[in-house]
Amino acid sequence: MSQPARLPLFESLLEASLPSSGIAWLDAARQENLQAFAEGGLPDTRVEAWKYTALRALGQRRFATVDTAAAAATVDPARLALPGVDGMRLVFVNGVFSAELSRLDDMPAGVTLQPLSQALRGDSEALRFSLSRHYREPGDAFARINAASARDGVVLRVAAGVRIARPVQLVFVGAATGSELAWHARNVIELAEGAELSLVEQHLGGDEANQLATLVCDVEVRAGARLQLALLQNAASGCNLIRRSSLRLHAGAEVGMHVLELGGALVRHDLQAELIGDAARLHTRGVFMPHGRQHMDTQLAIRHQALNTTSNSTWRGVASDRARGVFRGAIVVAPGADGSDASLGNKNLLLSASAEIDTKPELEIYADEVKAAHGATVGQLDERSLFYLRSRGMVLAEARALLTAAFCRAMLDDLPNEPLREHLSTLLLDQLPMA
Amino acid sequence: MTMLKIENLHARVEGREILKGLSLTVNAGEVHAIMGPNGAGKSTLGNVLSGRDGYEVTEGTVSYNGVDLLTLAPEARAAAGVFLAFQYPVEIPGVNNTYFLRAALNAQRKVRGEKELDSMQFLKLVREKLKVMQISDELLHRAVNEGFSGGEKKRNEIFQMAVLEPQLAILDETDSGLDIDALKQVAQGVNTLRSPHRAFLMITHYQRLLDYVVPDFVHVLADGRIVESGDKSLALKLEEHGYADIGAGAAA
Repeated sequence: MSQPARLPLFESLLEASLPSSGIAWLDAARQENLQAFAEGGLPDTRVEAWKYTALRALGQRRFATVDTAAAAATVDPARLALPGVDGMRLVFVNGVFSAELSRLDDMPAGVTLQPLSQALRGDSEALRFSLSRHYREPGDAFARINAASARDGVVLRVAAGVRIARPVQLVFVGAATGSELAWHARNVIELAEGAELSLVEQHLGGDEANQLATLVCDVEVRAGARLQLALLQNAASGCNLIRRSSLRLHAGAEVGMHVLELGGALVRHDLQAELIGDAARLHTRGVFMPHGRQHMDTQLAIRHQALNTTSNSTWRGVASDRARGVFRGAIVVAPGADGSDASLGNKNLLLSASAEIDTKPELEIYADEVKAAHGATVGQLDERSLFYLRSRGMVLAEARALLTAAFCRAMLDDLPNEPLREHLSTLLLDQLPMA
Repeated sequence: MTMLKIENLHARVEGREILKGLSLTVNAGEVHAIMGPNGAGKSTLGNVLSGRDGYEVTEGTVSYNGVDLLTLAPEARAAAGVFLAFQYPVEIPGVNNTYFLRAALNAQRKVRGEKELDSMQFLKLVREKLKVMQISDELLHRAVNEGFSGGEKKRNEIFQMAVLEPQLAILDETDSGLDIDALKQVAQGVNTLRSPHRAFLMITHYQRLLDYVVPDFVHVLADGRIVESGDKSLALKLEEHGYADIGAGAAA
């Protein structure tokens, strides 16, 4: 690879060195990832995974990594409330744990939920495997800088056979600090054999927050465990959010995921799932709705690596104004993953002539007896449906809003938590330009 | 009183002239049947009157209650009391039937300066109409036309008409694809809505519907024009002799 360009963004992130953690293996891992970042630089659009997301403009800015615990005071706790979500809550403001905003009493037996900064002061050895990872792909720059720079994040473990009824909420707030700020968070989540959990991850922020945030989230779902995961990304309009989720599903594990991308400036989500145990099942639904000049890029990569695994993914994009949406959905059915069933669909709506969506489904099959289907479309609202609504008296703008809302809301139909589903539906409606 | 006056209407679809000088006058309280062979321009007439995109009027006028109908957007026509029962009602997944109908009715009421109905008032209205139309309320909880049978879709059109209470109802082949029981039910719905203040334009290929909804006038549309008009006996004549020898007399 060519010598990385010394962009201001690159240099400002490189300056962010953490003080020694006092844990030798962790300091070494951080140092190695920092080194890899320094050598590899930021990806340009020649890197396939970053083909449609150029970092040119962002690259000219400097984001300082500083300790901003004081910013917590400016967050109104009422903004964190979500209908249907009343369990434990862990809150981070600009990447720093906020004890005041969190809700950690009544922790059920068999659950560990704590900020990474605390977990490292305890049995850090349990985190060694997750935090010693090295990222080797050319597009991994942000995962490297996250590994080198994240000082906090979530550690969540549910013990074998433990079922947690009330949804656990993880909140990441970007609060304005008056300067361009970088922060990094690292989540380590594990459901042991047969455990059950419903998890809501929420991103929000103040309007004046100009930030670059990276988040890396490792989720291990052991045999027979079940996870419901809802991601509500409603970050501040000045927040650039680069997020990676890596899920591993063991035998018979089930994960249901609903993603709603509403906020932020440049938003990138790498969602990687490996189905490593027989009969593991993954179900994902997602909506991305860039408007204004937002740029939202979702990279979904699913690997079927065991017998009779199932993945079913449907994502929808709605772009308005001058916004840009990118979706890449890649499914690999590895050798030996016979009997797998994979489906992936992505439909998109363009609400303005200046909006753009690039979508690319990819399917690679190296196994036998596999059922696989995928498809992607980009289009406008159906003229026949619009006329039907108007012929009954709905004005054009209202008819458009209704059809667009229905298009998106269909992605929430199978979200089991009804109050949360209704709330997210309302947020969808509010986001529509003509609502 | 004259409600609808169409004079010398010419209309094109995709560059092809379909209506070629159609004239028709409809008074309040009347039921007119428009019959004719396939391709005569029957559905085009319904679409032009309701304001569908892609239908270009090149000549002629349409006056509705003294207003130039052709200048109005589809939703403005609806608010003014024009209703089209679609030949192929559109399925709209994700939009609840009741929600849709209330939004439509309230949009119309707003334009007319009437107070919008809240959900309780609307539910009361809907219950009344369901009863009159003899339609099961199960229809209400589903998405608009989604997964409906052909008969259910047509009944849903008539039900919408009952709720929206238009002044001019255009039924575009509402009888097509219905079995005899569904046909009777649709006809009964239409008959219930007949009133001195409301007019109907029933576009149909067969006279079957006219056994149950007896029209005041029957017109034969052929090659984009009305070529013969008469009372209900004209429909019976058509049934007997077909469309073949129609038009010769009018063209003379």
